Amino acid sequence: MRSSLSHIIMKEVKELLTPATLIPIIIFAIIFGSLGTAFGGATNQLSEPPTLGIINQDNSTIGRFVYLDLQANSKVVYNGTDIQAGIQAVTDQNGAALIVITSTFGSNITQNESGVVQIYWIMRGTGILDSFSSATADAVLAQVQKDLSKALIDSHADIDSTTILNPVNATQNTVFKGKEMAGISPTAISAVMSGQNIIVPLIVVMVVIYAGTMVVTSMGSEKENKTLETLLTLPVRRSSIVFGKLAGAAIVGLVFAAIYMIGMGYYMSSLTFSSSIDLAQYGISLNLLDYVLVGISLFLALLFALGLCMILGIFTKNYKAAQTMTLPVTMLALIPMFVLMFTDFNTLPLAAQVFVFAIPFSQPIIAMNSLMFGQVAIVLVGIAYEIVVALVTIFVAVHLFKKDILLTGRVKSAEAKRRGTYSLWTMMKRK
Amino acid sequence: MGASPVRSPWKDDRMPAIEVNRLTKKYGEFLALKDVTFSVEEGEVYGLIGPNGAGKTTTLRVLATLLEVTSGDVKIYGKDLVKQADDVRKIISYLPEDAGAYKNMKGIEYLNFIADFFVEGQKKKEMIQRGLDVANLGERIGDRIDTYSKGMARRLLVARALMIQPKLAILDELTSGLDVLNAQEIRRVVKTAARQGTTVLLSSHNMLEVELMCDRIALINDGHIVASGSPQDLKSKYNAANIEEVFVEVVK
Repeated sequence: MRSSLSHIIMKEVKELLTPATLIPIIIFAIIFGSLGTAFGGATNQLSEPPTLGIINQDNSTIGRFVYLDLQANSKVVYNGTDIQAGIQAVTDQNGAALIVITSTFGSNITQNESGVVQIYWIMRGTGILDSFSSATADAVLAQVQKDLSKALIDSHADIDSTTILNPVNATQNTVFKGKEMAGISPTAISAVMSGQNIIVPLIVVMVVIYAGTMVVTSMGSEKENKTLETLLTLPVRRSSIVFGKLAGAAIVGLVFAAIYMIGMGYYMSSLTFSSSIDLAQYGISLNLLDYVLVGISLFLALLFALGLCMILGIFTKNYKAAQTMTLPVTMLALIPMFVLMFTDFNTLPLAAQVFVFAIPFSQPIIAMNSLMFGQVAIVLVGIAYEIVVALVTIFVAVHLFKKDILLTGRVKSAEAKRRGTYSLWTMMKRK
Repeated sequence: MGASPVRSPWKDDRMPAIEVNRLTKKYGEFLALKDVTFSVEEGEVYGLIGPNGAGKTTTLRVLATLLEVTSGDVKIYGKDLVKQADDVRKIISYLPEDAGAYKNMKGIEYLNFIADFFVEGQKKKEMIQRGLDVANLGERIGDRIDTYSKGMARRLLVARALMIQPKLAILDELTSGLDVLNAQEIRRVVKTAARQGTTVLLSSHNMLEVELMCDRIALINDGHIVASGSPQDLKSKYNAANIEEVFVEVVK
């Protein structure tokens, strides 16, 4: 005989471990497994030499030494004289940076000043993984600096020790989405952008969880408390019931999101002050219209989530089942959150871009990031897509609300068969 | 096999409140109702009796516009159940078996919530007053519904169903799970409503209840009506002492 405890544990596990809870987690694991493979590809870049463009304006021995050392430690795709052409070439080859050894580089060092190297970073995205290529270029520059220090020491030149130890003065410039930003490194931009990259996805996930759960559990409790049947026989259109439930959950969901945003806003503002970089001076900021577009995108994502949860709610049997029903929707919101936190949408492979774009919850995240760099077209396309999927989802919900399945649920045929088998008439006929 | 529409001779001058003609209902492949045919006159109390799974609740749910009609015609006060479902909902009131009310509401709030769907102003006040009279919950009407006993909750729900003075009240297992006193009180309330002109279609396992309340009854089993008529007629026809004996005789 099984112990009482194991008996209860078995019952609980059986109740909780249903296809509805298991399948989304398996899908989630598969998706993240494949993302891991993609990330693995990105991390492999670390072990490869960086792709660079080099412009050497200094014909001195020191200048040539740096040029040759850079060339030896990297894959050079441009070594001409024109900065703009260099930037273009490196961008085309998915390179990390264009390095300009200035004409006074060598003479500065011999005069006990650090030689100036201008770096034009080609920033591809604002995700964590996008900084990998610049990290390898950084490592090469550090190596070159060390090599130069060593060479200067070996040459017994009359240069002071401070200059020998720090012979290179690198000025940072970043080229990102067509904008050339002087005096700022990709790392600094990423530090500020990561705040934006986290807050919007978090809001999307929170709103989806709060509002979506409300819709599904509202349906679950209507069914469990047997209030749905009464509601459906009142003189009110089915669409009004659906919209009423959606609007109620949307309002409460947005209130929750607003409260959450205020808290996050304080948290993020403290982080932004500490980074002390104002990206607005480089034209990377949102104006009022941008905020409106992000708001619209967020609202449409919410509508889609609510419509989807309403459909799931239609299939739910009771309150307990309803709570596990939100899991697939939450998973759907978590995928773009994690993907876009690590990589920029623009740097994803095409198939991954299509996959991420197809998830409506990606749109507010893409919108925020794209609008920072003035890319409005993709945001408008995203909003149009969101309108379509939200309308289709709500239409399906209203349609299902008019169907038997709303009351009979998924078990209808099993129940019907059971009823058929045990009817008195059948039993008597068998006798 | 469906029974042909039966009309009591003394009610021929009244318009039919319900006309069900060859109603068939399928759940997937399962045939829950097979060619069910009956009619109910205005002001009549009509009962459906039968065992679990016979098709009583399915019939009532179809007539309450909750389930789709697979085939057949249903008219409620002349309105087509499928094409004019919104109009039908304005004149019916459905009380499901084990129905619940919103537990976070107080009794009075629930009556208010329902009344808002039908009328406003003075008429709404009158409607709620009718609800208060039927529920007869005294001061407890101001308490949250989740504090009510089963009998109190059922009285509130009957009040909800009848306060709107529906032309047709569809009542599924009216007194199921109630004690004798509560059941008797609720039967009295429903009979009063019927005397005031509400047509009542009810279902029950309780053959005695049906005999006490109904002008006519239909015995339903395995998805079709096997006999129908007034309790007295059926008892005479099957030479039975009560409806329970009629039922056993019919399904034998």
